[in-house]
Amino acid sequence: MSDDGTDSSDGTDPDAGSAAASDADPPENDSHRFDRLPATAGDRVVPGRPTRNEVIEWWDDRYGIPPSTWESHTFWERGNGKLWAFAGDVVSPVDAEGLGLRILRTRQEHWKPSTNAVQRFGPEATRNVVTLDGEEAARFARGDDQDLPRWDGDWGYVIAAHDIAGGVEPIGVGLYLHGELRSTVPKGRREDLRS
Amino acid sequence: MQPPQRYASLVEDPDAFRAACGRPLPSVVRVNTLKTSVKRAREALDAEGVGYEPTDWHPGVLKLDERGPGTSWPYFHGWLHGQEEVSTLPALALDPQPGEVVWDACAAPGSKATQIAALMDDEGVVIGNDNNLGRLSALRHNAERLGVTNLAVTNQDARNFSLKPFGDRTRDERRIEEFDRALVDAPCSCEGTIRKNPDAFEEWSLSHVEGVAGVQKGILRRAVDATRPGGTVVYATCTFAPEENEAVVDHVLGGDCELREWEPPEGFDTDPGITEWQSETYDSSLELAHRVYPHRNDTGGFFCAKLEVTA
Repeated sequence: MSDDGTDSSDGTDPDAGSAAASDADPPENDSHRFDRLPATAGDRVVPGRPTRNEVIEWWDDRYGIPPSTWESHTFWERGNGKLWAFAGDVVSPVDAEGLGLRILRTRQEHWKPSTNAVQRFGPEATRNVVTLDGEEAARFARGDDQDLPRWDGDWGYVIAAHDIAGGVEPIGVGLYLHGELRSTVPKGRREDLRS
Repeated sequence: MQPPQRYASLVEDPDAFRAACGRPLPSVVRVNTLKTSVKRAREALDAEGVGYEPTDWHPGVLKLDERGPGTSWPYFHGWLHGQEEVSTLPALALDPQPGEVVWDACAAPGSKATQIAALMDDEGVVIGNDNNLGRLSALRHNAERLGVTNLAVTNQDARNFSLKPFGDRTRDERRIEEFDRALVDAPCSCEGTIRKNPDAFEEWSLSHVEGVAGVQKGILRRAVDATRPGGTVVYATCTFAPEENEAVVDHVLGGDCELREWEPPEGFDTDPGITEWQSETYDSSLELAHRVYPHRNDTGGFFCAKLEVTA
C-alpha cells in the first residue's frame, strides 16, 4: 500500500525534476532515522535543515494557521527534506518506521504540504483556501485537474476544501497555476465520490 | 474436534452460536474523533444517503446498512474507520489517558492503535509495533488518513521488544524506559473471524493453536515486564480457543500482575472467562476476563482480559 509519499510522483510538483539534486536524493525509505528540527537558525547544525520557527512561520504565512496550533508538536526530518509532526517528544535521532504525521516536503523552492496534513490542520487556515462546489470537489477527490478561472488568490499550493455537514472541510492540496487547479491527492487516497 | 463444535460445551445456546458463525458480519465503522464529532460524521452520512444504525452500546460505532465505508465523503476526510464492532473493546478496556506512553505490541493494520490515539486526544505517545514489515505500511497509511500525530511506528519482534531506540538506559531526559499501558492484541487462530473469513474453521488445526499460543505467551510476558508497576496490560484475541486465551493469561500470572475487573459498556453482553478446559485448570481470577460469542451481540468472536502490573 502506498502512503502519502507518492504525492510528488504525479507530475504536478513544480519542483519535481527541476533540480538535478533531486535525482541524487536517497529514496524515501532508505532512512529510518528521524532528527528533531533545530528551534532556530542559530541552533542549526546540519546544513539546509529547516528550523522549527521556519516551519511554523510557513504555515502561518501561507495559510494563516496560527503558530499556537503547533505548541505541543515537535518537528522531525527523515531523509532529505521530508518533515513530520509528532505530538510528543522523544530522543533525537530516533530510529523508527514512522513518527507522527508527514506534513511537509522542504529543501525545494516551493514547500509542499501533504494531503493528510491539510486534512488535519487545514481547518484552521484562513488564507489560500479554495472552496469548491459539489462537482469541483468530486473532480478533485478523483485526482482530476480542472479549470478554475474564478480563483484570484496566490498561485502555488493551495488548500482545496468544500462544504460538508455544516462547515468548510479541507479535501487536500491543490496546485494552482495558469487558471488551472491540479489535484495532488495521492493515488491511494483517490475516490469516486458523489458531487 | 473442530470449531465450532469444539466450543459447544462452553456456550449456553450452542445452536444459536453455530448459526451466528454462519451469518455474514455487518459492516461497521468507528467515528474518528480526532478529525470530527460523532454528530458531524452522522450528518455527513445522512446528507449522502448512507444508511446506518448506531450500536446500542457506543454512539461512535455505527452499523452501515449496506456497502463498505470506502466510497463516502466522511470516509475520505478520515472521519470514519472501518473497524469491526467487537474489536473496539480492547482499547476501551485499556482506557489510555492523554499524555501517557502506551505500547501496542501487534499494531498493524492500526484500528486499535488509532482508537487508542483518539482516546488519548492525540496527546502522549503510542508506540505501534508490528513484526510484519508489509503490514506496517497499512498501519502508517491508516494513522495518517485519520490524522494521528502521537504514533511512533516500530518493526520489532514484540517478544524481545527493545526500548533502546527510544533512549532506554541513557541519561537523555526524553528517554522512554517503560510503558504506562500496553495492549497485546495477539496474532491468533482467528476462529472468531469466521463470519468474515469463511475459511477460518477449515484452516484450523490444533498444532497451529498450540504453536501460536507460545508466541502469545512470549508477547504478553514482554508487555508485563515493560509496563510500570500500577500500569495496565490488556490481552485480546479474536479467537475462542482457551489454549490461546485463558491459558496464555494464566501463564503470566503469579508474582507481578493480576487480573482486574472491567465491564464493557452497558448493552454489550459477554460471558466470563473459563477456569477449566479439557484436562487443564486456570486461576480462578480468569473469570474476570471476557468471552464474546457471535450470537450474543451479532458481532465476531473475541476474548479480552485486563491486567494490572503489581511489581
